[in-house]
Amino acid sequence: MPVSLEGARRIYEALKACDIRLVSALPETWLVPLLRLVEADQEMRLVQVAREEESIGIAAGAYFAGLPSIHVMQNHGFLAAINPLVSLAMLYKIPVLLLISYRGSWGERDPWQTQGGLLTEPVLRALTIPYYCLRREDDLTRRLKEAQALALSALHPVAVLLTREVLWEDEEP
Amino acid sequence: MLRVDALREIYPELERHIVVTIMGAVAAELYALGHRPNFFYMEHSMGLASSLGLGLALALPGQQVIVLDGDGSLLMNLGTLTTLARYRPPNLLHIVFDNSSLVSVGGFPTATASGTNLAEMARAAGVPRVLEAETPAQFRAAVTQALARPGMTTLVARVEASGPASYRLDLDLLENRFQFKRYLDSLRSSS
Ligand SMILES: Cc1ncc(C[n+]2csc(CCOP(=O)(O)OP(=O)(O)O)c2C)c(N)n1
Repeated sequence: MPVSLEGARRIYEALKACDIRLVSALPETWLVPLLRLVEADQEMRLVQVAREEESIGIAAGAYFAGLPSIHVMQNHGFLAAINPLVSLAMLYKIPVLLLISYRGSWGERDPWQTQGGLLTEPVLRALTIPYYCLRREDDLTRRLKEAQALALSALHPVAVLLTREVLWEDEEP
Repeated sequence: MLRVDALREIYPELERHIVVTIMGAVAAELYALGHRPNFFYMEHSMGLASSLGLGLALALPGQQVIVLDGDGSLLMNLGTLTTLARYRPPNLLHIVFDNSSLVSVGGFPTATASGTNLAEMARAAGVPRVLEAETPAQFRAAVTQALARPGMTTLVARVEASGPASYRLDLDLLENRFQFKRYLDSLRSSS
């Protein structure tokens, strides 16, 4: 049951189409192939953080400086970053594009992921952060561009959730 | 040393560069010395001033960025020292005013009052240049040194635990935010 390299490549190509120049991230299993592609790209800068809260500060700095950026984390990292999302991004009307791996949802086999999985969408809704769950059949470039456009016009964080079907190759049941 | 005296020493440098402050006392002290469109007072999200400064410095390699941090704020995001050290943008000066206190909430001692040493932590994290200052003259010399030769620097300045008479800025948060953004946009279009 490996991480989908095909899924990682499709997401990477969508980031290129969005002209993303800075990617901050805290790696986790599902995200590693994507982050390797980012790391190898001379036109993108990968900033690996020690904790996801840092990414929201970096996002604000990149936005002020006019550099298109995206911030990659798993949903438990999003939960760790709530205060700065509220008291920096939302307080100061700063667009932040979040790319969140959606652990603990449909098909999850790791029990420790499930509580975060149950809470991810309710917390996003409580924060009024618009979000979209990517599906395998989606046009990923179109969805990422739409998320980026909405963040910049609403001056608000927007999240794209990377579901299991996009990032994980399950064996046939 | 009083932090406001330290700020006065380097105000001519601050005027010329991109400045990000933490919330509370230091924001009000800098504002009272004279607001500029290149000053951003991050009036919340404790601990993230240095992360915001890192994003700015990486995205604007031709500009000098100065972050005015505090001991309580830095203690809330110690991992930032490792991230600053790792990417070490040479145009970032990270100043930590260590008053061993959470002055802005009325003053509780922080761990630096009982021996935690932020300069040693920055060194151990791998920050390429770590400087310390206890007097206005030392502070000025350290800032001059940091700005004269490129290199990511953390400067820990020991200051007294005192704050301004008033914490009010006659400037709305969003006014500051849009003015700062516009200033940076104009920098980019003129370069
Ligand atoms: C998450 C969070 N917890 C607590 C506070 C309350 N608070 C505001 S300013 C401050 C102290 C900041 O201390 P320091 O960085 O040392 O700066 P000083 O006030 O001493 O200048 C605290 C605890 C807050 N703003 N956010």
